[in-house]
Order: sequence, then structure tokens, then C-alpha cells
Amino acid sequence: MAHTEHAHGDNYLNHEKGIWSWMTTVDHKRIGLMYLAAVLFFFLIGGIFALIIRLNLMKAGAPVVDANTYNKLMTYHGAIMVFLVIIPAIPASIGNFVLPMMLGAKDVAFPKLNLASYYIYLLGALFACLALFLGGADTGWTFYTPYSIRTSGAVIMVIFGAFIAGFSSILTGLNFIVSIQKLRAPGLTWNRLPLMLWALYATSVIQVLATPVLAITLVLLIFERTFQIGIFDPALGGDPVLFQHFFWFYSHPAVYIMILPAMGVISEIIPVFSRKPIFGYRAIALASFGIALVAFIVWGHHLFVSGQSELANFIFSLLTMFVAVPTGVKVFSWVGTMYKGSIRFNAPMLYAMGFLELFTIGGVTGVFLATLAIDVHLTDTYFVIAHFHYVMVGGTIMGFVGGMHYWFPKATGRMYNERIAMWAFILIIIGFNLTFFPQFIAGSEGMPRRYWSQLPEFDLMNRLSTYGSWFLAAGFIVVAYNMIKSAKSGPISGPNPWRALTLEWQSPSPPPHDNFGPTAPTVTQWPYEYKGANV
Amino acid sequence: MSQYNEMNPAPHHYGHHFESAEHEFTTAKQGMWIFMVTEVLMIGAIFVGYLLMRGRYPEAFHAAHQVLNVKLGALNTIVLIVSSATMVLGVSAAQRGNNKRAINMLMATIACGAIFCVVKYFEYSHKFHEGIFPGGMYHYEGLTIPHVPLFFSFYFVMTGIHAFHVVVGMALIFWTITRIKRGQISKQFFTPVELVGFYWHFVDLVWIYLFPLLYLLG
Repeated sequence: MAHTEHAHGDNYLNHEKGIWSWMTTVDHKRIGLMYLAAVLFFFLIGGIFALIIRLNLMKAGAPVVDANTYNKLMTYHGAIMVFLVIIPAIPASIGNFVLPMMLGAKDVAFPKLNLASYYIYLLGALFACLALFLGGADTGWTFYTPYSIRTSGAVIMVIFGAFIAGFSSILTGLNFIVSIQKLRAPGLTWNRLPLMLWALYATSVIQVLATPVLAITLVLLIFERTFQIGIFDPALGGDPVLFQHFFWFYSHPAVYIMILPAMGVISEIIPVFSRKPIFGYRAIALASFGIALVAFIVWGHHLFVSGQSELANFIFSLLTMFVAVPTGVKVFSWVGTMYKGSIRFNAPMLYAMGFLELFTIGGVTGVFLATLAIDVHLTDTYFVIAHFHYVMVGGTIMGFVGGMHYWFPKATGRMYNERIAMWAFILIIIGFNLTFFPQFIAGSEGMPRRYWSQLPEFDLMNRLSTYGSWFLAAGFIVVAYNMIKSAKSGPISGPNPWRALTLEWQSPSPPPHDNFGPTAPTVTQWPYEYKGANV
Repeated sequence: MSQYNEMNPAPHHYGHHFESAEHEFTTAKQGMWIFMVTEVLMIGAIFVGYLLMRGRYPEAFHAAHQVLNVKLGALNTIVLIVSSATMVLGVSAAQRGNNKRAINMLMATIACGAIFCVVKYFEYSHKFHEGIFPGGMYHYEGLTIPHVPLFFSFYFVMTGIHAFHVVVGMALIFWTITRIKRGQISKQFFTPVELVGFYWHFVDLVWIYLFPLLYLLG
């Protein structure tokens, strides 16, 4: 660190020294980086589980793990990726870093609470991972009753871990809402708010409103196993479908907790690298809230074949179609921004374009699944797996990795290697499509999800998918290599290498401890006044 | 300016990211309101479950609710309403810098919370004694209609979660008392007392819904 000090002077990385100063920090930038490290660690673990799953399904009748282990790997892959990676990925790591800076504030509204939510997250993760050594869980990440009540293993611990991690999500959401409402710099009116913040605001609203319902549902499930309360247990007069309703009342909106922040990242990257004002600013901002609103009234589409009434199915199917409206508005606005722009193909822009491709495929196949007659055929097949991986990985992870590249010079003061970043992107985009596109085909031909093995006629598609997973893994390894190496020895980036107009770029890179130094920024214009290649 | 500066003359130092103490106070209040919303949704989900099952098995739920002791429930309702009043008086005393009165009122609130818990303890232990347990552990012979155990699952979970909140509330009030005693609360800075007050009123309000839903609704 000694030589960086010279290059950058006093900044948040060297303001205080030692591991203890990191563990007790209330600086949102450091907390963001600590979240990032934890999220990437769990991404690695969840990714390794995914690679084993793919290896297991490579050839019919040639498993590499036994069925029990497979069920646990599948459960853990889902639970880790959902609760410990994708939900906190963008808001808690990148969001924590950039939100106060975009506001022109010195920190989030409640800095100590911010640190607390980090440790709550770690505690939840600890419970979930310790359970792995005490028998684990084979319920799938959805914990459907009555199986989750009957099965052996450390199910309670896993559920408790998810319950605790949920509080971290609630507290981060609360912190962000209050920060955006109360800590905006002078002149930063709602109409000048960067779209990343609109997206994080909408995300936080969902986190605050939906997560408590999951919390109580998981508590009830723990009581099912400990006190036999029977509310979700048909043998005791309860209703397992009620569990599914409660679960998806959270977990469907959670899908938008995952995707909205990525949409925010994309909304920042596209105008900067197109050198054009964002097209449809207000439409994109409102669409974030449109999505948040619709998020709460479509959960029943997860229950089309659960015995829910036909009327409910019809209504939920119709409402689900409405999701396509605000998301369509966003996609068209991004494409409209790029139209006749002076586009620079830096890594963040590549990921933004990757997002547009993959998210659109994921979104359109979502409309297939919202259609009742088709969904009955596709329920619990690999088509569903492919659909939500296109949205979750193709959408959220693209936004996440794109955002990591975009704000990399801000966080480290150095520039990543553009050439290596491009090759990593090529590996990822090829690997991703090769992994998941064949799953659409296998799924539409009837290959069921969650199964330990498959029929030989699905072998070709599964083999392609497994090969793809290797490309995908290689791409992420290259990203990691590039980031680690560049953070140490990349060229100095300067405060604003992208010539972006949002507030965080007005501060030195890496930013000082209190973000902007003695003079707090004042906002006089909209953050998207780009005027062609040179301005 | 300050009339009650014998205990706490030092002005409150607000966080470096706020413009003023007032800014910090309104921000903290907003955060607490949002936290209350999450509590409403958490408890709301289980209310929905209860009402759904009640609609499905009205006879069983009607028969089961008659087993509950309305008098003890009513007593607890009164105790909590009184506690809300003492809480308001405590907060208002803290706002005016009258620390002695604030401490007395907060102590009274804790006492009400304790009475509530004791009454609840007698209700629970009486039920357990008769074999009234949630769900699969229910073995009361006086009432054997199907789905009656489900009512008691909801009863124990809902009142149990509420009682947990009461205990947390009492701990929080105790914490504010220690802060007042250490001279950290003044006319200029009473945020912790006010916010704990919010929380306590919320806990009371939940009971105001629980009592008629479980004990009275026939």
C-alpha cells in the first residue's frame, strides 16, 4: 500500500490502517467493498456447486455424485446464489459504495446500522453454511412444505440462516430509502436523481415490504418442525399451498430485488458510453416503480399447477403480462439512447449490451411461462431453469460485473486492462448462451428440473450445457484475474476516466474518507447532458 | 436556553453526514417509521393466515375461542393501554428535559409490560396444564372437534411473537433509562426515547388487534 499512498494521498483505503479498522468501519465505501468480497466468495462456492451439478448431468446414467448429495448441491446452489449472492450483489456492495456519493452525501443515513447489516448477513451465511456440515438440506431453495417438514438434515439451521440474512436485506433497504429521501445534495431534485438511485429506491421499497413476509413464513416453518404447529402441514389440518402463497409473496418480488439494481447500473452505463442524454429518463424512473408495484400482485403465477383456483390462475396470468410493459419501456429507452450515439465499446458497455441481449431473451420467455396453457406444459422443466437464469445471471450478474468494471477506477483509482476484460466478456457471453440456451430446448422437450439424472435423449443438450458452464467459469476467472492484478498495478485512472456526469465522479479516485472533502457538491444540472463524442 | 441543564449541559453532537441535529432527528424518525412498516407486514402475514383458516373452519375456531379466558385478555388490554399512556408521558417529559419524571414514567411502562407477561404466563401455563398445545401436540379432551388444534397453533404463535416483542420493548425502555441516567438524553437530544416510544405503541397496537380477533370474535 505504501506506493499507492504517494499516488493518491489520503483516501478511504489508507485513511485508517489495519484489519481492525476495516472490521469496525462505518464508512459506506469500505462496507461496500467488504460486501463485495463476501458476495464474490459465495458466488465462487455457489458456482462450484453449479459446475458439479452440470458435470453430473453431462451424460445419462453416468452420475458423479449420489442422488442425496445432488439434492443438497442443488438446494445449496439455489439458496446461496439467491440469498447470499444475487440479492445483496448490486445493492449491498456496489450500491453501498456509490449511493451516498451519487447523492453528494458523506455516508448513508445510518452508518452503524449499515455495518450491523453486514454482520447480520455474515451471521446468516454462517448458519446456512454450518448446516452443510450437519446434514444440510435437500428441500430445494423454496423449502416447500410438507417435504421440508418431514425431511431429515439440518433444515432448521438453513432456514434460520435465510431468516437472519433477510434482516440484513431489510436494514439495507431501510437505510437506502431514508438516505435518498433525506441526504440529497443541494440542487439534487427528484428530477435530477440518477437512474441508479431510482432503481435502488424501488428495490429498497420491495426489500422493506416483502422480506418481512418471508421472515414470518420461515419462522412458521421452523415452528412446524419444532412444535408441530401444522399450519402448513396437511396431516394436521394445515394448508401447504398457503406456504407457497406466503413464500412467493416474498420470493416473486425478490426477483425484482435482484433485477432492478442491474437495470439501474445499465441506465448509468449506456448514456455514458453512448455520449448521449438518456432517452426516456422519466419513463425509466417510473418504470422502476411500475415494476415494484406489479411485483406484489403476480406471485400466484408460481402456483398455476398447485391447485389454485382457475379464476386465480387467470387473474395472475393476466397481471403477470403487465410486467412486460415497464420492462419493455426500459429496454426500448436503453436502445433509444444508443441510437445514433457515439458508442465506445469499453467493458462496462459490453456488459450492458450483453444484459440487453440476455435479459430480453429471459423476459420474453417469461411471457411464455405467464401464458397458462403453455405453462402447464413447461412447469418444472428445464425451460423454467433456462428462463430464470437468463434473467438472474444474464440480467443481474451482467449488470453486476458491468458495474464492477464501470466503478472499478472509482474504487481503486486504477484502470483495469481493457483487452483482457473484452476477452473475459467474450468467454462469458459464449459460455452463458451455450450453458442455458440448450436448456430451453431440453425443457420444451420435457426434461424435468431438479432430477439427479436424465433420459439419454437429452444427452446432447446437457453435454452442450456442461461445456458452456466451463466457458462461463473460465470467463469469471479471467475477470477475477484482471481485477486483482489491475487493483495492484493498473495504470492510474484519474478521477473521471469515463467523463461521466453523476456526482461520484466529481470526487478524487479513490475518494477521500468523507467522499468529497471540505466542499460539499452542489447540483446544477441533470446528470445525463452528454453531447456527442467529445463532451 | 435550557432550563434543565443540571444533568446534561453538553450539546448533542450529531453525525458528520447531517446538516443539523434537527436533520438527524427527522432522519432517524423516518427510519423508525419504515421499520414499523416492516413489522406490520411481518405480523400482517400471519393475520392473513389466521383469517383464512378461520373462514375455512368457522365452527372449530368458534368452539376453540371459547376456551380462551376473556377476562384475563381484557385485563391485559387495559394494562397495555395504561402502558401506552405512561410511555407518552415519559416521552413528553424527556422532550421537556424533565429527566426524573421521564425515568418514573418509563419505569411504570416497564412495570405494565411485566404485568402483561405475568398474566400471559398464567394463561399459557393453564392451557398447557389442560393439554392445550399447538397443532400436533394438542391433547385436550374437553374439545375434540377437528381443526381446533389449528386455532391454538395460531393463538400460541401470534401471542408468542407479540409477547416476544413486549419483552424486547421492555429491554429497549430499560436501555433508554440507563441513557437518561448517564446524562445522554436532554431537551436537545431525546431521539432514543421517542423512537422506543414508537416501538412500544406499535406493540400495544398489535395487541389491540389480537385481543378481539382471538378472544372476542365469535
